Amino acid sequence: MQFNLNTLVVGGGIAGIQAALDIADSGHKVYLVERQPSIGGHMIQLDTTFPTLDCSECILLPKMTLVSSHPYIELITYSEVEEVSGYIGNFKVKIKKKARYVDENKCMGCPTCTEYCPIKIPDAHNENLTTTKCIYIPFPQAVPNVAIVDPAYCLFLLRRECQICVPVCKNKAIDFKQVDHFVEVEVGSIIIATGYDPFDARLKPEYGYGIYPNVITSLELERLLSPPDSTQGLIQIDGRVPKNVVFIHCVGSRDKTVGNEYCSRVCCMYTAKHAHFIKERIPDAKVSVFYIDMRAFGKGSEQFYERVQKEGVFYHRGSVSEIYKKGDKLVVRAEDTLSGELIEEEADLVVLATGLVPRKDATQMMRIFNISPDSDGFFLERHIKLDPIATLTDGVFIAGCCQGPKDIPDTVAQASAAAAKALSLISKGEVEAEVATTYL
Amino acid sequence: MDGEQSLTEKYELFGCIQCGRCSAGCPISLNSALNIRKLIREVTVHQVLEPIYEQGELWDCTTCSICSLRCPRGLKPHEVLISIRSILAEEGNVPATVRDALEETFKHGNPYGQIRSKRFEWATDLKIKNFSQGDRAEILYFVGCAPSYDPRLQEVSRALVKTFTQAEVNFGILGNEENCCGNEIRRMGEEGLFEMLRADNIKLFHNHEIRHIVTTSSHCYNTFKNEYKDDSFKAEHYTIFVAELIQKGKLSFSKEIKKVVTYQDPCFLGKQNGVYEEPRFILRSIPGITFVDFERCRERSLCCEGGGGRMWIDASDSGQRLGEVRIREAIALGAEIIATACPFCLLNLEDAVTTIGLADKIQVRDIIELVAEAI
Repeated sequence: MQFNLNTLVVGGGIAGIQAALDIADSGHKVYLVERQPSIGGHMIQLDTTFPTLDCSECILLPKMTLVSSHPYIELITYSEVEEVSGYIGNFKVKIKKKARYVDENKCMGCPTCTEYCPIKIPDAHNENLTTTKCIYIPFPQAVPNVAIVDPAYCLFLLRRECQICVPVCKNKAIDFKQVDHFVEVEVGSIIIATGYDPFDARLKPEYGYGIYPNVITSLELERLLSPPDSTQGLIQIDGRVPKNVVFIHCVGSRDKTVGNEYCSRVCCMYTAKHAHFIKERIPDAKVSVFYIDMRAFGKGSEQFYERVQKEGVFYHRGSVSEIYKKGDKLVVRAEDTLSGELIEEEADLVVLATGLVPRKDATQMMRIFNISPDSDGFFLERHIKLDPIATLTDGVFIAGCCQGPKDIPDTVAQASAAAAKALSLISKGEVEAEVATTYL
Repeated sequence: MDGEQSLTEKYELFGCIQCGRCSAGCPISLNSALNIRKLIREVTVHQVLEPIYEQGELWDCTTCSICSLRCPRGLKPHEVLISIRSILAEEGNVPATVRDALEETFKHGNPYGQIRSKRFEWATDLKIKNFSQGDRAEILYFVGCAPSYDPRLQEVSRALVKTFTQAEVNFGILGNEENCCGNEIRRMGEEGLFEMLRADNIKLFHNHEIRHIVTTSSHCYNTFKNEYKDDSFKAEHYTIFVAELIQKGKLSFSKEIKKVVTYQDPCFLGKQNGVYEEPRFILRSIPGITFVDFERCRERSLCCEGGGGRMWIDASDSGQRLGEVRIREAIALGAEIIATACPFCLLNLEDAVTTIGLADKIQVRDIIELVAEAI
């Protein structure tokens, strides 16, 4: 049977970007579908990457630009896969394109509409630490660099008021007549790279996240550290520079009380990175890290851990049991299990190293692609050791954190492997009809 | 322990990762030599356990269970400790006060050494149905030992009767037939006596065809619900039952209590049974009350040190009593009343108020006393 030479990549984080570029560079068409208004995923929210400390944007943005200009990549953002039918070599994919209320071909990415818009909304790119406007470009280097209207807040969409943005747009790009619509594409293989959600720290009420403003997640700290937007890289909590900073490992990982038995693999090292930056930006701060087991397994990671220790970060072997407030200070209760001392550490900033969990709608996605979950709720691979890229559905591959928590190098490696798998099918150009074929 | 399952096997202690969430969450760990994390390690690695058993601080544990709630591996450190106590109890190697309490319970059905025929005395002037006199009722009000004999707690029992009567609840009590529930007995290590009390009580409940039990104490409630393993009856703490009465409009208030009130979550009601909302709902329903929660409340609530048999133990720990910490926290909150829903919390907190001489500043009341006052 003929094999359709086009490929669908679902998810525009670093995994999806890498897979799409690898396939497109061979001269074969890729449809890259991203749910958010811009590609970039979680990686674009990161300030730096461990253990080399290179700036995340600096290494990711060139790849994002390549995606947007690539002749063989059709980028479909703010869209979701609704339905898949067919079988290996001949999949039909129904994609829901949500209304942006901005014509992607007309918008030039200038900030005029945003400047005029009167409605402030939480800025998701900044983990809601700052605000943006109701018509906005997700972040300065968004791909595509096109504005979008948030229908949950827009005065016109909610109650037919305003429309101040419409006349100020010189290119007449704003179009409130847009509605959600569907497009259909046909592909031979599919790569799923839908990523992860950060663990919701509210599920560990003993840490007071959501109650105490100075208990934050590591992703929030990542945004605080990131200079261009947010807070200019100044670490301030309630207008004060914290002098006693506590990091807590394994929040939502290795923890049966929240149903996550697995290790999230990245938290030990990103916390080491965070501890390093706090020490660098606030040299007189006391920085304490509470860990259960230190896992520094990647290339250069153990050396980086040693460097951070020598910089004067206190590593306590022992997990934090609870946090409470005493006056205006937080009290962090833990045991240093190496010395057997019970600790009540006063802190003015606590950072929770939240783990990686399956996407909220992972089960629904699995149903669409006829894939099973593994015991932790991530996408199940065909073989945990010998084929961590294929799934039990022929022609459907997985890459990145949707298969399980992993760091950026592992994600990129898996994405390139998924691309190679798809390309090997493309290169053969046909599929043999088997006695049993999986239809979706 | 030849032929028997070791503690390590029974409680899967090889699965412990020694993270210290148990010891760090332990309310007494800052004042006592007891380190539950270290104890688990010692039990796991040592061949000879006797020296461990000699540690007097084993009797400091209040069995609040926070160690088990926090354990990321799902282990039950507080149950290990109870098991060690039961090994000691079997050898007769228990503190004298514990031995006395256990003996009294065996003899009289209560750990206070009070005689059985006086158990019902607090209620002789009240018109209450009495199952032991052949009366029948829809609900058994299980009074409990302390609320039957302790003069201060008898006020709580009376308030409960007043409330039930007002709401026209069809209830009765067991009178002098009522027995210790065994919750504290089990936690002092007397597994055998607990089994006996459980069997006796279940027989009693069956004889009187009891299907629905409401308790004064969160401790009785806990053991009936979780340890009796008999589904012929449903056990509820009174806060759950009274909250429902209010919700269904069967109980309404006619008086105001113009006070700032906070609430001490009893460990056996909150942490061990997840009952956090009902007590707060009741307090918020009483007209005039301004409710403020403790900073450390619900899952993070600070134990009063009354559980695990601690009412009968001279603990080895030192430093400020947690009850006193609680009273000072409540006063800092601006509270005029600390309400609670557990006899032991009530006694311990009242003791603390007296010890630090703040009786003019703050009162300790059971929620049901406030309810009875406002109806």
